[in-house]
Amino acid sequence: MTGEAAASASGRSEQFSERQIELNGWPVRLTSYRVGEKYVCQADNISPGACLARFSATTPEEAEAQAISKARHMLGKTKRRDV
Amino acid sequence: MGQYAHPEVLVDTEWVASHLNDKAVRIVEVDVDTGAYDLGHIPGAIAWAWTTQLCDTVQRDILPKEQLEALLSKSGVNRDTTIILYGDSNNWFAAWAFWQLKIYGHKDVRLLNGGRKKWLAEGRELTDQVPSHEPTNYKAAEPDLSLRAFLPQVLEAVKKGGTALVDVRSPQEFTGEILAPPGLPETCQRGGHIPGARSIPWGKACNDDGTFKTFEELKALYGGEGIDGKGPVISYCRIGERSSHTWFVLRYLLGLQNVTNYDGSWTEWGNLVGAPVERGAAKAVSA
Repeated sequence: MTGEAAASASGRSEQFSERQIELNGWPVRLTSYRVGEKYVCQADNISPGACLARFSATTPEEAEAQAISKARHMLGKTKRRDV
Repeated sequence: MGQYAHPEVLVDTEWVASHLNDKAVRIVEVDVDTGAYDLGHIPGAIAWAWTTQLCDTVQRDILPKEQLEALLSKSGVNRDTTIILYGDSNNWFAAWAFWQLKIYGHKDVRLLNGGRKKWLAEGRELTDQVPSHEPTNYKAAEPDLSLRAFLPQVLEAVKKGGTALVDVRSPQEFTGEILAPPGLPETCQRGGHIPGARSIPWGKACNDDGTFKTFEELKALYGGEGIDGKGPVISYCRIGERSSHTWFVLRYLLGLQNVTNYDGSWTEWGNLVGAPVERGAAKAVSA
């Protein structure tokens, strides 16, 4: 679920942001922030809010791309059934 | 504005920031994503992993008494320590820890309102330093099982009526469209919900910043589905953690007296041979 950039995780959290995207037809929340030299991006399924993927990297773009890629893969396993 | 029934079980980020070095306080992070702590946590906070430290890892059960005592002893907690729990996903698993600590009689347990998210969003201090604490010899109370619902009680509740069942899973899990939250393993044979249950997803109790909604908003949310505390209430989800969050809201914020958490939840019910299951949306609340 995770990938880590080797850097200190001390300091204040900065650049905290959230946005919603859709992956495989499911709403996904991306939460991004920076702490020290690390950029973190977490993707969670909005309902219920569980973490699907979380990566840290040295750039925000890399962290987000990795999180989205992993989340898309996991969501692809969910089957919808007729009710 | 009405006040929560037990406002003393919540602290805000400012309170925590001013108690980082308080020896009477132990701050504990409990996340859905058990690796989040390593990315930076509240200075002085320790971490408990729900997958290994807050459950019986052999048989399916909550943490046995002796293991809880060992965990709290290792964490430097005494019977009179104020335990502040916080975590990701609006304190989802922090509430799971809260529920277990109450079962074993720890008096002063509180949630950081807004959890990890609010701490991060406010740009507060984080550290990767893991503190160590002088071990204690913690002795827990015998488990208070009045906070917990087991399968026979739920079967009886369905049979007899008069008990409100609150399904806190997503609407798609409730209807049976999916068997588990999107992206997570499917661990039941049948989809749907316990007959008569109301669908009130757990996250509806929270604001966008992760804090709990006001007393009035919560009262309207649950009261609108007939959950008014006039009778027993059982909350459930898939594995009992999301429903511990709702249990916390109903018991401590709204002050309902007879609320239990059915931690067997859908992974028990949805695998049970012969258990009654309803599919589709909930029926309208009867007047």
